[in-house]
Amino acid sequence: MSKERRYTKSHEWLTVDGKTVTVGITDFAQSQLGDVVFLELPNPGRKLAVRESFGVVESVKAASDLYAPVAGKVVAVNEKLAAKPELVNQDPYGDGWLLKLELTGDLPADLLDEAGYKAATEAAAG
Amino acid sequence: MVDFGGWELPQQYTSIRDEHLAVRKAAGLFDISHMGRLVVEGAGAEAYLQGLLTNDLATVAPGHAIYTLMCKEDGGVIDDLVVYRETPERFLVVVNASNREKDSAWMREHLPEGVRLEDHTLDLSLIAYQGPHAHELLPPASSPTEDIAYFAFRPGKVAGVSALISRTGYTGEDGFELFVASDKIGEVWDAILAHGRSHGVLPAGLGARDATRLEAALRLYGNDMDETVNPYEAGLGWTVKLGKGEFVGRDALVKVKEQRPKRTLIGLRTEPGIIPRHGAAVSHDGRRVGAVTSGTHSFFLGHPIALALVEAPSFPVGEKVAIEVRGREAAAEVVKLPFYRGSARSATAPART
Repeated sequence: MSKERRYTKSHEWLTVDGKTVTVGITDFAQSQLGDVVFLELPNPGRKLAVRESFGVVESVKAASDLYAPVAGKVVAVNEKLAAKPELVNQDPYGDGWLLKLELTGDLPADLLDEAGYKAATEAAAG
Repeated sequence: MVDFGGWELPQQYTSIRDEHLAVRKAAGLFDISHMGRLVVEGAGAEAYLQGLLTNDLATVAPGHAIYTLMCKEDGGVIDDLVVYRETPERFLVVVNASNREKDSAWMREHLPEGVRLEDHTLDLSLIAYQGPHAHELLPPASSPTEDIAYFAFRPGKVAGVSALISRTGYTGEDGFELFVASDKIGEVWDAILAHGRSHGVLPAGLGARDATRLEAALRLYGNDMDETVNPYEAGLGWTVKLGKGEFVGRDALVKVKEQRPKRTLIGLRTEPGIIPRHGAAVSHDGRRVGAVTSGTHSFFLGHPIALALVEAPSFPVGEKVAIEVRGREAAAEVVKLPFYRGSARSATAPART
């Protein structure tokens, strides 16, 4: 499963299933943010361009913008997060997913694989 | 880890939420050794401190502590501190980490002949064990504490180690601040956690410290007040004893009190997800009236809370204001302070038996 996951330098992850792309924030991102208390997410139907800001994650420490890793139309948001934003901390790659998008273009060429993302975060931390 | 006044401190050990709730429901253990510890000693020590501090040390007997401010000539707050009177002529002064050097320099500037000022920050460590069950969750081989009054302290043992046990804190909860020789502090820390873990005790980081102090509406120097804010504006007029005699800032503070302060620190609550951050603009009836000084999401209360400094001598509870959150205006309601009164309230009653 995790082999199929792709990452952005802005700490989103995505998985692709046909035309449907599931988006979340990475384990590294959630650990840096600390306890998530609120997510502002777009309504289904909204069209997003690549790297367009689609929402905000509020943790106790700070508010951080979220960016679309691909161009697509929002087809679902994780409704559970309204009542349980801590799912983003507890299970960032599972129950803590944020959005499902219907892909409207090609996958950007600069998405990172697991090793690439790991190298990018280690470089940032180092 | 975050930088806090030049000290590396954990924002959280595991989770701010869990640590915050542990402090409110059982007890949390904070490493607060970053705070400055100064010893003032000598025949003129009381008179010297009386001349620098706003509160009245003449009312403080040996074995008791007092919360006080230190002000500039113009009444601006240099720092807020706790002064522990160990003997008639020896005082332990605990100051904010970020102000330790500034405070020391200011105090040295005013130091008279015959009074000594020593910095013991590095050799005397400080931890805080805070929560409604902190008393009964002290580890074995600890001195009894139930008869230590609130804001009193005395030498004793914690887990067999010599400590100055002080019934003070910065969370709104009952509990202790423990002064222990730095080479022994690790032993005490480990013993408290080993004993308390199974009862819900957790080590707690800066995030939980900020959330609990904010719920209790305890001011944070550098956020809620600084040298441009006077004690009355910060809602700390109760620490200013104008009748005790001369002290630095007294003349200016007499005027502020006569003319009423122009600003006031108010409490705000917002809907979940609307987190007021330090510096966010506060408006009332379309006019900017001030800014948020501290804000966070309170896991314990279930909604965000904030303190804001506004340009008005007072602001009625229940009033609606607007605050800037993520570039937009969001509604906030003025509420009574503190946001939460913890077990420290009952600690102010005569000591339990």
